Amino acid sequence: MAAMPDTPPALTREDVAHLADLARIDLSDAELDHLAPQLSVILESVASIQGVAGDDVPPTSHPLPLTNVFREDVVTPSLSAEEALAGAPAVEQQRFSVPRILGDEQ
Amino acid sequence: MSTTNGDLTRRTAAELADALAAGETTSVELTQAHLDRIAAVDGSAEAGVHAFLHVDPEGALAQARASDERRAAGTPAHLLDGVPIAVKDILTTTGLPTTCGSKILDGWVPPYDATVVTRLKAAGLPILGKTNMDEFAMGSSTEHSAYGPTRNPWDLTRIPGGSGGGSAAAVASYQAPLALGTDTGGSIRQPGAVTGTVGVKPTYGGVSRYGLVALANSLDQVGPVTRTVLDSALLHELVGGHDPRDSTSIPQPVPGLVAAARQGAAGDVAGLKVGVVRELGGEGWQPGVMARFDEAVEALVAAGAEVVEVSCPSFVHAMAAYYLILPAECSSNLAKFDAMRYGLRVLPEGVASPSAEEVMRATRDAGFGDEVKRRIILGTYALSSGYYEAYYGQAQKIRTLISRDFAAAFEQVDVLVSPTAPTTAFPLGEKLDDPLAMYRGDLATIPANLAGVPGISVPAGLADEDGLPVGFQVLAPALADDRVYRVGAAVEALLGEKWGGALLEQAPELEEVGR
Repeated sequence: MAAMPDTPPALTREDVAHLADLARIDLSDAELDHLAPQLSVILESVASIQGVAGDDVPPTSHPLPLTNVFREDVVTPSLSAEEALAGAPAVEQQRFSVPRILGDEQ
Repeated sequence: MSTTNGDLTRRTAAELADALAAGETTSVELTQAHLDRIAAVDGSAEAGVHAFLHVDPEGALAQARASDERRAAGTPAHLLDGVPIAVKDILTTTGLPTTCGSKILDGWVPPYDATVVTRLKAAGLPILGKTNMDEFAMGSSTEHSAYGPTRNPWDLTRIPGGSGGGSAAAVASYQAPLALGTDTGGSIRQPGAVTGTVGVKPTYGGVSRYGLVALANSLDQVGPVTRTVLDSALLHELVGGHDPRDSTSIPQPVPGLVAAARQGAAGDVAGLKVGVVRELGGEGWQPGVMARFDEAVEALVAAGAEVVEVSCPSFVHAMAAYYLILPAECSSNLAKFDAMRYGLRVLPEGVASPSAEEVMRATRDAGFGDEVKRRIILGTYALSSGYYEAYYGQAQKIRTLISRDFAAAFEQVDVLVSPTAPTTAFPLGEKLDDPLAMYRGDLATIPANLAGVPGISVPAGLADEDGLPVGFQVLAPALADDRVYRVGAAVEALLGEKWGGALLEQAPELEEVGR
């Protein structure tokens, strides 16, 4: 992996639009104008950690050194179909009803 | 009856428990007293404290009646049976809305209780309602709530801290004797500091996260929000302990927290080694905050504690690491809000037959506020290929360095101390458009979350500049939560002697605004 520059490139409006697209959020033009400069300032600040820790430092993803937590494999009561569907935006035939999932060309 | 009992809302939870046990009051009476207080001072998004998003008088009074029946039968479920509580709106509650301060969950009623809520109900604590918060716990001021800000009971033009400003303000304004909060980067401790209340972030894994709507799974912890250290210990012992439904729950009993709080309250700090963290204070911190902090440290010295300065050099990178790790975790966590199974569904305008993805995009734009969008986009960036190693990978290594700093410090001292927040409560709106300035409010609280260690904030007095509360933070090694209670209670007792009572007694009376 290539070494990163010390100062990250500022996030452009197009970069933010692309990231919002990846995150499945439709941002309006006004939001892009508002958010892009703020995100650049934040990014510039957090970029200060680049190069602080050397290759010899292992990463920590979690504060507890837990692996493989097991429990007895027993059946316990769970939600009924009605309870599970109670908060759904739309329900049909005891199932979640969703908009079409394929595009026109598919 | 109210004349003989004085104002029940002014009493601590421990005092209310004693009064219930002695038959001097009933749960119905004191639950009603708190509901009346809420009706009088909580107001709305426009005026008043606005600590609550939902109040549940019928449910709370039904729980109170059941509690009184258990008392009458001589079978109370717990010491706190019948003492009412407020719950942050990020913990799931059957029959009560859980919005996380977001429009995307407007009106959602969860089908299950969080484990901590199950434990409250089993112990018989009537739940008064759900408290306001920054949307999905992202913020330090409660201004990012989609339902309007909470106001600081000390000065209604100022922030109550965040994200748990609602829980802290409810307790500070005597609307509830107890509350539950959650702390991911300081969301229990910083509101505690700026409202003159007590808040504890337990050791990571010490309290179940089942039913806590996750912000950042590796950082989130549920904890108590109260007016005294003893009350926090009572509540922490009740909700803490192993939960098989949370795979990160520690399979060990909670240490004796109530006993530790009582030991500290008796002023027993002789021989205790206290480390003042050099990196958490000094230049750039509000002078009135530093003055109150220094006095609290002097009080500990006078009581027999040994105080040394300790350096934790990696702490200067904690905020940057946190604002990469947290957005990374929350951007993937919040992917579940997809408009398919629960929550808001918004159809895009001008599209005849929108696809699921188009609905998802429109819903997430309409349902999330600015701060949530900022963090999701930042997290998406930090996790994208080409930047992952430089940002997220590096932040995880900083996390290791911070844990090592804590380990080295705790070889020298029993506890570490610092001011809880760099400033007192700032005016509403002041930092709303400057996210970075807002983030700096969590400078002193973030290291504990990154390392998973416990911390408490207790009132340290009022800053000279503005007459607003200052918080004193105590940090201890993982699983040594009892130490933060012992030292916190000692500071509370030593300073309380000087003030001639609780700091909150100096808070201004709130005007009645109705609700």
